[in-house]
This record gives sequence, C-alpha cells and structure tokens, in this order.
Amino acid sequence: MSLLDSFFRRNGHEEDHSADTARERLKIIVAHERSTRNGPDYLPAMQQDIVTVVNKYVNVNPGDIHIQLDSLGDTSVLEVNVTLPG
Amino acid sequence: MAKIIVITSGKGGVGKTTTSAAFATGLAMKGFKTVVIDFDVGLRNLDLVMGCERRVVYDFINVINGEARLHQALIKDKHSENLCVLPASQTRDKDALTKEGVEAVLSDLAKDFDYIVCDSPAGIEHGAMMALYFADEAIVTTNPEISSVRDSDRILGILQSRSRRAENNLEPVKEHLLVNRYDPVRVSKGEMLDLEDVKEILAIPLLGVIPESPDVLKASNKGLPVIHLQESIAGQAYMDMVERFLGEERPHRFLEAPKPSLIQRMFGGK
Ligand SMILES: Nc1ncnc2c1ncn2[C@@H]1O[C@H](COP(=O)(O)OP(=O)(O)OP(=O)(O)O)[C@@H](O)[C@H]1O
Ligand SMILES: [Mg+2]
Repeated sequence: MSLLDSFFRRNGHEEDHSADTARERLKIIVAHERSTRNGPDYLPAMQQDIVTVVNKYVNVNPGDIHIQLDSLGDTSVLEVNVTLPG
Repeated sequence: MAKIIVITSGKGGVGKTTTSAAFATGLAMKGFKTVVIDFDVGLRNLDLVMGCERRVVYDFINVINGEARLHQALIKDKHSENLCVLPASQTRDKDALTKEGVEAVLSDLAKDFDYIVCDSPAGIEHGAMMALYFADEAIVTTNPEISSVRDSDRILGILQSRSRRAENNLEPVKEHLLVNRYDPVRVSKGEMLDLEDVKEILAIPLLGVIPESPDVLKASNKGLPVIHLQESIAGQAYMDMVERFLGEERPHRFLEAPKPSLIQRMFGGK
C-alpha cells in the first residue's frame, strides 16, 4: 500500500468489502443446511459413524465427506462422496 | 376469519418485539381489530415497548390455566381503540404454554379480532415453536448480518415442515421477509450485506426494509411503538410495510445512502 493510499484510507475512504465474504460464506452454508434439512433424524449420527469408519483407513476431515439422501419415487438413494487427500 | 401472523427470526435481538408492536399498532390504526401476544415466557418485553407494563394484571398463562378469563388479561392500548395486548407470564416456565392451551386461546381471540400478531421469543425451542405453530403468515425478521440470515433460513425450514399448516398438508404458511436495521451507508462501504444479497439468499417476498434509526430506542424508552413517530424514517418504513401487507403498492424507501454535501466532500468526510 502506497503512502498516499494509506493516507486516504485513514481519512475514511476505506472500502471494506467484508460483506462480499459474508455473502459467499452464507450462500455455501445455507445451501448445505437446506440439503440436509428434510433428511431423517438418524442422518447426522450416521454421517458421524461414516466419518469414523473412513478415518480408520485414511485421514480425512468431516468436511471432506458429503452425504446426501435423495428420494426417487418410492426408493431413496444415499450418496456418499469422500474427497481423499492427494 | 382472524388471521394469525407470527413475527419470528431464530436469532435474538433482531427486532421481533419492536416489529410486533409497530405492525400491530399499524393494523389497528388502519381500522382492524388487532391483538398482539407476547410468547416470550419469562422474558416479557412487549408490555414495555407498548407502554402498558403497569397495567399487567393477568397474563397468557393465567388464561391457559383457567386462572383468569381472557377479557381480564387483555390490556387495551391507550392510543388505539382497536388494539389489545396479551402479555407473557414473567414467572412460569415455557412448558406452561401447552399446544392445546395456546390453540384454545387463539380460537377465542379469533372470534373478536381481525388480526392476531404473535411476538416470538428467540431460538427454536418450545416458546418459539408455539408462537409459529398456528400461524397463517410469518414475518421473518432479519438483520443484514450473517448469523441472522442463516437463522432466518432455519426458521423458514421449520415453518415449512413443523407448523400446523405443514403437518396437516394445508396451504403453506405465507412467508414475508422484513429486513431490519438496514444501514445504507455501511452497505455502500461494503461492510454490510446488501439488500439484494439477503433477498437472493432467503428467496421469499420482501415485505419491508426498516432502516437503522435512533428513533427506535427513543420510542421504546417512552413505551410508544415507533410507528406513531410520523417524522421518523423507521416509523414511516413500518407504516409502508403495514400498507404493503394490506395489499397497497408502496415503493421501498430509505435504501440509499444520503449524498455527501459539497463541503463534506471537500473536507474528506463521508
Ligand atoms: N431499526 C432499528 N434501529 C435501531 N435499533 C433497533 C432497530 N430495531 C431494533 N432495534 C433495537 O434492537 C434491540 C432489540 O430489539 P427487540 O427487542 O425488538 O428485538 P427482539 O428480536 O424482540 O429480541 P429478543 O430475541 O430478545 O426477543 C432494541 O434495543 C431495539 O431498540
Ligand atoms: Mg423480543
């Protein structure tokens, strides 16, 4: 940052842009929470167990495992996606 | 048929009670018989914002328990003929709000009033569930702030799955977004979520935008719902919201930062 820049910033010309970060974080978390919203009550516990099992073999973060339950007519499909460390 | 409207949010302190008081007062000013109920058992506040705290004798739970008649617990507003307040209990615990009890009181009120406004407590516990369960419409009150928006989305999910209308496969609860404490100066600096961002994320129809305003605190200090302050931008925004709710077209106001004057610009202020 140049001297001139910092002078103007201190004079209240600062543009913060943290609202952009807030918006992006919100979009992601809200989309995630909506996708799990209508799932059965056992889903979070099952997700926890799957994380534990996978972690016996490979080291992954809970965030690297995506579990989704979709219903198609009268059957449901459980989709488990694990991103393994490269 | 009386319409039941819940003022809800999930997150605490976003302006539910302020909005309940202003909205109910506005409906009454428009000629509708309106009652506003405080569901915040143990943390009664609506009486203060409405300025009737010294006239509370009986409360909502006394009525549910049959310790008082409904007409004994209802407090007539001092400014508006058409408005009554049903205060929350300050002493009991929330479990005293039974679903059957709440339903019985609401159906009694429905005989005499056009609108029943329910001021929800924060959270998603029992008190908040009881406030939203019987609602026909919901005003989801949100601040342009990350936790508030997320919690509002949570509440929308609950309205869509656990309300009476959802459980009985009736027409869904009609959802309205109310953005409160909007500060266009901070939005223009990029430090507060833009109205468009909030609308896009929550994706429900916008009923109103209430600006951040010192008048809200001044009004609650006096026990006067801010909608009575006709010079106040917050009061005007609440009246717009009421009129929009009643089906009138009103453009959203107070969304832009005031332009800095020439002098302010010359001296580097904002
Ligand atoms: N538009 C506004 N401008 C400035 N201050 C506001 C505005 N709206 C609300 N406030 C202030 O925010 C505080 C919380 O408001 P209020 O009590 O209505 O929130 P609430 O959602 O009912 O809180 P709780 O979750 O505890 O019930 C109050 O001090 C109020 O004066
Ligand atoms: Mg409140």
